[in-house]
Amino acid sequence: MNHAFGATAVAVVSVLTIGIGIWGLRFSRTTSDFFVASRTVRPALNATAIGGEYLSAASFLGVAGLVLTYGAGMLWYPVGWTAGYLVLLTLVAAPLRRSGAYTLPDFAQARLRSKQVRVATSALVVAIGWLYLIPQLKGAGFTLNLATGLDNRLGGLVVAVVVLVNVVTGGMRSVTFVQAFQYWLKLTALLVPAVFLLMVWFGDGATSPADAVFDLPGRSGWADPLSGLGAHPMYTTYSIIVATFLGTMGLPHVVVRFYTNPDGRAARRTTLVVLGLLGLFYVLPPVYGALGRMYAGDLVGAGTADTVVVELPTRMVGGTGGELLAALLVAGAFAAFLSTSSGLTIAVAGVLSQDVLGRRFGGIASFRLGACIGVGVAYVFAVLAEDVGVATAVGLAFAVAASTFCPLLVLGIWWRRLTDVGAIAGLVVGGLTSGSAVVRTFVATEDSGWFSTLMAQPALWTVPLAFTAMVVGSLLTPDRRPPHVTRFMVRLHTPEAVGVDRG
Amino acid sequence: MVERVRVTSPRTTSARRRTPPSAAGEIDAQSQVGEVYLRSLLRTQLRLGLTVLLTLAVLVGGLPLAFRLLPGVTGTRVLGMPLAWGLLGFVVYPTLLLLGWWYVRAAERNEAAFTDVVDPGRRDP
Repeated sequence: MNHAFGATAVAVVSVLTIGIGIWGLRFSRTTSDFFVASRTVRPALNATAIGGEYLSAASFLGVAGLVLTYGAGMLWYPVGWTAGYLVLLTLVAAPLRRSGAYTLPDFAQARLRSKQVRVATSALVVAIGWLYLIPQLKGAGFTLNLATGLDNRLGGLVVAVVVLVNVVTGGMRSVTFVQAFQYWLKLTALLVPAVFLLMVWFGDGATSPADAVFDLPGRSGWADPLSGLGAHPMYTTYSIIVATFLGTMGLPHVVVRFYTNPDGRAARRTTLVVLGLLGLFYVLPPVYGALGRMYAGDLVGAGTADTVVVELPTRMVGGTGGELLAALLVAGAFAAFLSTSSGLTIAVAGVLSQDVLGRRFGGIASFRLGACIGVGVAYVFAVLAEDVGVATAVGLAFAVAASTFCPLLVLGIWWRRLTDVGAIAGLVVGGLTSGSAVVRTFVATEDSGWFSTLMAQPALWTVPLAFTAMVVGSLLTPDRRPPHVTRFMVRLHTPEAVGVDRG
Repeated sequence: MVERVRVTSPRTTSARRRTPPSAAGEIDAQSQVGEVYLRSLLRTQLRLGLTVLLTLAVLVGGLPLAFRLLPGVTGTRVLGMPLAWGLLGFVVYPTLLLLGWWYVRAAERNEAAFTDVVDPGRRDP
């Protein structure tokens, strides 16, 4: 594509992002503003910010690439990424807000009164945050390469720097405005070109992508929902469902957002709006994947299917119009990297500053230092992990979150008999099993045996294991139940309007 | 002139009218009555959440089974694409939104009922 247009798109998004961040600074004064926007963000704005933060490179580029390559089975990813918010809404949203904690480690410590659980939770937040940041920076690298001709590594660095400037200057309060803006930018950037592309497709006779002439070797059942999922499609499908439905609640940047709601009721309403906003967005990426089947099938063979979203306008519309649409898509993709990376950086920085740096630096200074460390380490990993797909790494982050924080949150909120020993047992079992699956997927070569299938999509067995370990560990140590648990349950579950002692 | 003297009794020996302890007080004291209130709220909300999730499991979690068992139905072409695409790519999202809306309404109603019982007059406007 035209590099001048691409570079302009990237520059405009960067300037707007930093500009809105600086404008938001006027509202950002206290430490509480930095971490949780002083908990005064109304549902509609907060939901848009959550949507903007959540829709990452994997959603904007990855889904279309997966659908183009593997077919209908990949539609489960966007479905699961949305349904995860329904699970979060029903089990976690309001109690999590009412717990009054800043971060996941704060929640764990308040619920279980244990320093060890706090340490384990903090380590996991940082690990999941990095696992999720790596593909964002990598995706940014290859998108910038495509759009501007910039070297892959430089592209990642550009995103890292813009994110740091944004987070370090404004914190949570100003990032809320930036991310709300980025949701609408991403939706527009995907919707407008899609309309033009569909018009071209109708003009070309509207052949169904399911009947596309060229079939790639070994991918004959592209339109079949159980194809493209490896040797054991039923297992893989249900494992994706478990990982995405249950993993959403455990993603550090998602959880942090819930503390910015004014109260439990607002937290629920926010989540409901998020469900609508995500559904609206996720209708679009599969359209690109399916059209890519007709117009850009060669990308699969070239191993660059993730770029299909940006490639289509130049191929289908062509001319200056096509270049402009492509630039719009680059802008949207760049917004996706920036918003998700900012959210993850805030979550990681929050934990690093509170648990590692806080004592020495304190307040906002340690938050800023934490942000620099968080992004810096992720960038180094992104440069080192050369060839891991964007959606693969994101999928594994979901599996780890589902195997660790999902049991901790669900049992911590609804089960009074949870103890610190049980929680640590569950976190260790879930973290080690899903973590070893991550390591194996990063280093091993592809094969189709059962072991390989189990490791590629671990959630279906690691999540039940983690739950079991947490329950059994707690039942074996009944004397370690925290004495304040009933008071804490009152705080989690009673509406704020009721005048009771919340501890 | 006879001075008027008011004759009264402080009734110190009579039984004092006790105000019944409020439900909120019972919860604060973690008495057995308070425990009943808290447990009933927790159970109602958990049952509601699990009902919604069970519906989700049947409706959406049942799709892969349907794809496997009824390929003829899910493979039917709608607007040129197999039905499975329409279900996963479009129909699923309004369904999720409806389930969420159902949950939020019912959960707020449960909380309003709890507030009415435990702390009348403090209900959210």
